[in-house]
Amino acid sequence: MKMKQGFGLGCTLLGAIGLTGAATAAEQITFVSQGGAYQQAQTVAILDPSAKKLGITINQDSIPDAWPAIKTQVGSGKPIWDVVDTPTGYCLRGGEQGLIEKLDFSKIPNAAAMPEAYRSPYSVSYEFYSSVLAYSQKTFPKDAPNSWVDFWDVKKFPGRRALRNHPIATLEAALMADGVAPDKLYPLDVDRAFKKLEEIKPNITVWWTSGAQSAQLLNDGEVDMEMAWNGRVSAVAKEGAKVSFTYNQGILQSTSLCILKGAPNLDTAVKFLNEAVDPVHQANLPLHIDYGPGNPKAFETSVIKPERAAQLPSEPANAAKQALMSYAWWSSPAGEAAEKRWASFMQK
Amino acid sequence: MLALVSPALLVILALIVLPVGWLAWQSIYHDGFTLENYRRVFTEDIYWRSFALTFEISLAVTAIALLLGYPVAYLANSLPKGWSILILSLVVLPFWTSVLVRAYAWLALLQRTGVINQFLRYLDVISEPLALVHNTFGTVVATVHILLPFMVLPLYAAMQKIPGDLMQAGASLGASPSLTFCRVFLPLSLPGVLAGSTMVFVLCLGFYITPELLGGGRTVMVSMLVSRNVELYNQFGAASAVAVVLLLSVLAIFFVVSRFVALDRVLGQK
Repeated sequence: MKMKQGFGLGCTLLGAIGLTGAATAAEQITFVSQGGAYQQAQTVAILDPSAKKLGITINQDSIPDAWPAIKTQVGSGKPIWDVVDTPTGYCLRGGEQGLIEKLDFSKIPNAAAMPEAYRSPYSVSYEFYSSVLAYSQKTFPKDAPNSWVDFWDVKKFPGRRALRNHPIATLEAALMADGVAPDKLYPLDVDRAFKKLEEIKPNITVWWTSGAQSAQLLNDGEVDMEMAWNGRVSAVAKEGAKVSFTYNQGILQSTSLCILKGAPNLDTAVKFLNEAVDPVHQANLPLHIDYGPGNPKAFETSVIKPERAAQLPSEPANAAKQALMSYAWWSSPAGEAAEKRWASFMQK
Repeated sequence: MLALVSPALLVILALIVLPVGWLAWQSIYHDGFTLENYRRVFTEDIYWRSFALTFEISLAVTAIALLLGYPVAYLANSLPKGWSILILSLVVLPFWTSVLVRAYAWLALLQRTGVINQFLRYLDVISEPLALVHNTFGTVVATVHILLPFMVLPLYAAMQKIPGDLMQAGASLGASPSLTFCRVFLPLSLPGVLAGSTMVFVLCLGFYITPELLGGGRTVMVSMLVSRNVELYNQFGAASAVAVVLLLSVLAIFFVVSRFVALDRVLGQK
């Protein structure tokens, strides 16, 4: 009798485990972002509320550069990630290479309502950041550099400079320094951009490779002005460093959400995608970090106060001062060629 | 006998032969046989520049580590046991600190507002901060620091094997200390010199974090090419080709060195 009971209990337990197993398997996704303060902010603002509203579990992973991992995972035929928050260009390129699922926007009403320029067949803008001209207020207490023309002007603005060791946004800055209007950049005149970069190259102390490095360079006074991401500069400023930046001629960039081809939880992933760009969740993000919402409707929710909105890169007035990056151009053959040319530019 | 060594052989097969074979395979196979990846490595001059720079830096690091390491090992060898243990612990201690932390520490020391520049300015030796980091100089300094133990330990091991009475014999025959050093001690310590140098040189060839953080973007070593190939060309084949060429050059170095010295004696226990 006792044994029978035990057997029965065991069966129930096994059944329960089986059931919960099935339930979680059906309603969970693995979401990947870039880690750090940024991922913490979106967890509070977007991920946790979305998980609660949809009744799903969101497992998180983080990696600074998801692209090689996406290639390996999808290439192996058994991806373990579902949704990735990654620079928009990778979503487009990945889509063309069959690594990213094509989206059915009828299932993603929140994204379908967004401006055409903010989405692609494979992706939806998730948040905006900007590559801005940042400078030390110690070196430039007044008459600070205010445009890429000023950045290139080493006589009027003496000081050490840093740029990102990457062609994206750097070529745009070079062209603006050469007098191209922010809305006339694309298709990029690559030859002209590299020629302009040769001009400033001897005056570049550091070509930085990570956002953390750019922040450290400015904070430690290793450079007097640099191209940096707005959130990195404001984070350093909040900690008391005398640094500032201008949105003038900034290059407005975005990361997007996209879904890996053959993702294990495709249906849940699509549901999540829609929820993640919901205007209210989106409006919550800038309350935790200095990045702008990917869905412009967020500015209409009254969650973001006007004085806060004024600090954000995608706020309409700030966006108007900047160049909107064309990820379509960068993932075109011309864009890829420009990216490959960068390596030889750096080593000459 | 085979039964005894077969687990070891299996581990070697699984952890070394298979991955390296896979790497080599990827570099020549991408939707069919291709030499495109190697064509790129051998024809584009950025690869030549990187390989040349990597070998230059590795040679410089090896030479500096030898100059700094030899006296340390000599001291540890000639002092009484207690002192030599202290010296060796000081050499090994940095081993337990992450390479990343040590790279950042050098940044804090060498940068424009770093300790060294501020001290020199305080002493009025310089008026403008020196460019000590974000260039090849900073990379070499930090790399030497990280690799120094790999020089000192083989040197110390080789010196330990030199019988002390040989020096006494030299002295008793009327040779000055410097002469006994040059004619007896130095030649006998050469296996250690070679072992340490080979170790440091080969390890340096594959350095990544240090030049990435302290090179300022211009010191592009081969390992950085590998990572950039993955990012840039989005294909592992191109990266694998670079890795294979580096691996083959290391093997070539070992081969050349082995023509002159018995490497098994240098790197082994005998």
